[in-house]
Amino acid sequence: MKIDILGTGCAKCKALFEVAKEALAKSGKFAQINKVEDIVEIMSYGVTSTPALVIDGEVKVSGRVPSVDEVVEIISA
Amino acid sequence: MFDWWEKIVDGLVFGSWGLDPKSALGGAIHFFIYDTIKIFILLLGIIFLVSFLRSYFNTEKVRRYLQGKSEFTGNILAALFGIITPFCSCSAIPLFLGFMQARIPIGITFSFLISAPLNNEIAIAMLFGLFGWKIAAIYIGFGLLVAILGGYSIGKIKGVEKYLLIPIVPLEGEFKDMMTRQPFKQKIKEAWAYTVDVFKKIYLYVMIGVGVGALIHGYIPTELVSKYAGGDAWYAVPIAVLMGVPMYSNAAGVIPLVEVLSEKGMLLGSALSFMMAVTALSLPEAMILKKILHMRLIAAFFGIVAFGILLVGYIFNFIFGGN
Repeated sequence: MKIDILGTGCAKCKALFEVAKEALAKSGKFAQINKVEDIVEIMSYGVTSTPALVIDGEVKVSGRVPSVDEVVEIISA
Repeated sequence: MFDWWEKIVDGLVFGSWGLDPKSALGGAIHFFIYDTIKIFILLLGIIFLVSFLRSYFNTEKVRRYLQGKSEFTGNILAALFGIITPFCSCSAIPLFLGFMQARIPIGITFSFLISAPLNNEIAIAMLFGLFGWKIAAIYIGFGLLVAILGGYSIGKIKGVEKYLLIPIVPLEGEFKDMMTRQPFKQKIKEAWAYTVDVFKKIYLYVMIGVGVGALIHGYIPTELVSKYAGGDAWYAVPIAVLMGVPMYSNAAGVIPLVEVLSEKGMLLGSALSFMMAVTALSLPEAMILKKILHMRLIAAFFGIVAFGILLVGYIFNFIFGGN
């Protein structure tokens, strides 16, 4: 599994990164969390707002910071 | 709507504490307590409502609705969506580029970009609380008009696409939305958490704004205010707009001051122009957009919006002006 966090470095993007880290630990799965900060690369995912959570290339959440439990659910699904 | 609350504050300030309603001190304290709590209630209520509704409207959805709309209709829809969608200057770039990728015309994108900060829930809640629903509705109505016509005019600039500094790669087909759906309870919970978050950031500004307003209300004579801030001199509106630009993101602190000033003789048009300048003309947003747009386009954007705001001010001063 590959987790990407899209965001140009705003406060919410950092918050989402932390949430993803915590959720990953909680889920007991193994994955690499990757920060995508280049705007052109971010746009290639097709989102219109950041931060966004991308799992295996699929945009799961955009424009908000989900709770740890929600991310655990997304990862485990 | 807040009569019950006014009675409580009356009883507290003039009854229990025994302050004279006609004294400057009594007036100022009554004003401060009554206004702060009233605004707090409205802020919490309106921010919660908007952020809850918002969970049904992410910007990807807005983009899908706007895709392929004809020019003028698109401008109107984009401005309307601007009311409900969240906006902070840090989200301006992905939004702008994301709309461009979906081949939404630049003018329609700008209508959205003007409307979103202009019609933000904090400004609307503050206006509603301090000026009443009529002024709040006038603000929203004319804010929409500025966004629609402003975006339309920007779209009419010759060769406007040249001013984009980043290559746009159009999205092929429809954007696959794999987003998870949030259950209703989760939406309520998150909307409330967001409301509390925003409230924590602005409550101090509200208190300072209302506090300074209370002092002006109690201690500064009306003649003084109308002499400097008010009046129907032609330069009252441009000065109001210029003063509004650096006040960005402080609608919470600024609007209570405007209320007191207008109570003391500042004309409604000047007040409206000032508030629109505070929300719509934001320097941080311009700095951020500089990364993807040529300065000339940003200047045109600011110029056109400023012109629209000035026009609103003059029209209102002309209709309701002259004391």
